[in-house]
Amino acid sequence: MLYREAGQFKTSYQKDQAIFPIRQDRIAVWALLLAVFIAVPLLADDYWLGSIITPLLVLSLAAIGLNILTGYAGQLSLGTAGFMAVGAFAAYNLNIRVPELPLIVDFLLAGVFAAMVGMVFGLPSLRIKGFYLAVATLAAQFFIEWVFTHVGWFTNYSSSGVISAPPMHILGMTIDTAVEKYLLTLSVVAVLALGAKNMVRSRIGRSWMAVRDKDISAEVIGVPLLSTKLSAFGISSFYCGVAGALWTYCYLGTVEPAAFDLNRSFQVLFMIIIGGVGSILGSFLGAGFIVLLPILLNNIAAMIGHGTLQADTMANLEHIIFGGLIIFFLIVEPHGLARLWQIAKEKLRLWPFPY
Amino acid sequence: MSDLNFFFEVLIGGLLSGVMYSLVALGFVLIYKASGVFNFAQGSMVLFAALTFVGIMEKGIPFWPALVVALVVMMVLAVGIERVVLRPLVNQPQISLFMATIGLSYLLEGLGQGLWGTQVRALDLGIEDMPNETIQTMLGIQVSTFDIFSAISAALLVGLLALFFNKTRVGLALRAVADDHQAALAVGIPLQHVWAIVWAAAGLVALVAGLLWGSRLGVQFSLSLVALKALPVLILGGFTSIAGAIVGGLIIGASEKLAEVYIGTFTGGAVAAVENWFPYMLALVFLLVRPQGLFGDKIIERV
Repeated sequence: MLYREAGQFKTSYQKDQAIFPIRQDRIAVWALLLAVFIAVPLLADDYWLGSIITPLLVLSLAAIGLNILTGYAGQLSLGTAGFMAVGAFAAYNLNIRVPELPLIVDFLLAGVFAAMVGMVFGLPSLRIKGFYLAVATLAAQFFIEWVFTHVGWFTNYSSSGVISAPPMHILGMTIDTAVEKYLLTLSVVAVLALGAKNMVRSRIGRSWMAVRDKDISAEVIGVPLLSTKLSAFGISSFYCGVAGALWTYCYLGTVEPAAFDLNRSFQVLFMIIIGGVGSILGSFLGAGFIVLLPILLNNIAAMIGHGTLQADTMANLEHIIFGGLIIFFLIVEPHGLARLWQIAKEKLRLWPFPY
Repeated sequence: MSDLNFFFEVLIGGLLSGVMYSLVALGFVLIYKASGVFNFAQGSMVLFAALTFVGIMEKGIPFWPALVVALVVMMVLAVGIERVVLRPLVNQPQISLFMATIGLSYLLEGLGQGLWGTQVRALDLGIEDMPNETIQTMLGIQVSTFDIFSAISAALLVGLLALFFNKTRVGLALRAVADDHQAALAVGIPLQHVWAIVWAAAGLVALVAGLLWGSRLGVQFSLSLVALKALPVLILGGFTSIAGAIVGGLIIGASEKLAEVYIGTFTGGAVAAVENWFPYMLALVFLLVRPQGLFGDKIIERV
């Protein structure tokens, strides 16, 4: 009843190609943006903003990056965290070595560096496919982690191998409270997510999907494989790189290379599986699910167990539940939460008269 | 002590530890051959098997019965995996199956450690991890007795599996399924049984690998990371070849130890941990020349 597009006519191509063709969707999106930009900073406390919502947003960005590569271009990658590390360390080094550059430019250049590294490791994708490629991306993961751990220059010869983000200044403002960091993260993520959404709807996104569905067929109909695969690796790594920079600057503040280990890659991979492979919205839903579930589990355990459950039992239980959920999702709904959302919307359009 | 002797020591040590990688890689190959599933959970199965075995031993059960019980547990697990995870996912893209096995590996890690505890256990097979004196006096090279023992067990296991694959009726069915699922079904081979058998065989390999690795590293979480060492072995040798797993293991084992010693000295001594990424790089470069690995089936694509 409320969610029906009857009477909304599309009279121009522009309207036909809008991201949200239905008016109710547009209203909902604006309301959501207002809520996250104004209501959330007012209502949430520092713990929620700093320790839950900000990392959630950053990981969503990384998930969008991986989704571009795996969900849209079909190249399975296990090196996400490695590319995030490149972004984090590039932003740090740019910041302390070229202090003249504004911070936002640092972030973007960090993404560009990550993109370059990503393209180098994407080169084998032209010859190697499927699982062989997945294992090859592990090479990126381990090599990058090793370089940042063992080459002192990247950590500015810090004795502990840890980098600490210097204070952030944008346009003369100092960004140090949880609210300010949240708003910075949110702005970057919102802009980049919009960019990703538009990219996957345009020519480049369609060629990614053509390559994903069958690369030889794509080549036959004239999609250039080299530039398509490399652009997927590059843009995906760009997103991961910016996410890595934000992870360092807006969330942790102090980062060691081990923060970007293989488990982080898997975490992001799980996000896109649960959220929806090949969906921008799914990246957010998956990140929300994976970040919030452990917190929820902890709270439930605290309620039931009153502290009788030990930390390692909890960790094991979390592992079991995670693993079980992944399998469950793959069996029951291979397209993830995003697909459920879509089904709900379809149902809502007919409600309450389904005939 | 001459440089040449040192080189040979590193080389032989590497070759023998490569055999241990082959053992883990073998589990991957078995499952990939028969069902086209890239089983990321193999490392967790190694951990789970070792934990189960040690857990049973701690209950006061002697070695051989404990081994049998652990084997039975692995077989039940194999049948369970086939029933609960694989059967509903038949006909899904390979990538979904792969991701399901990542989930499975989390599940197994949690389950194993939840059941048997997270502390590090010692596992003593009664073989010393010391330089073998006979070889030392004969050739002047230090080689660990334990390495030799594990190499022999691996060789035995591979021999057994080769016999099983090539000489028995079940093995014939396995090879048929590996060749073509649909054709195998059409001639009346029960796919589900075959898969259960293959996973059970992979469980057996995991158990052996778990015992050998467990007695070297202690039975603990890091056992499951051994699988990460086996991956470059796998792509170097080819996913579909048992011989590839062995040869790949030998190459990776030897080259990573040599790299650790000779490249590692350039970049900062013993802590350089070159061996974490060197095998991957080696495999990556190798793949550029032969995308299907050393002995893998040639990848033919139809559009």
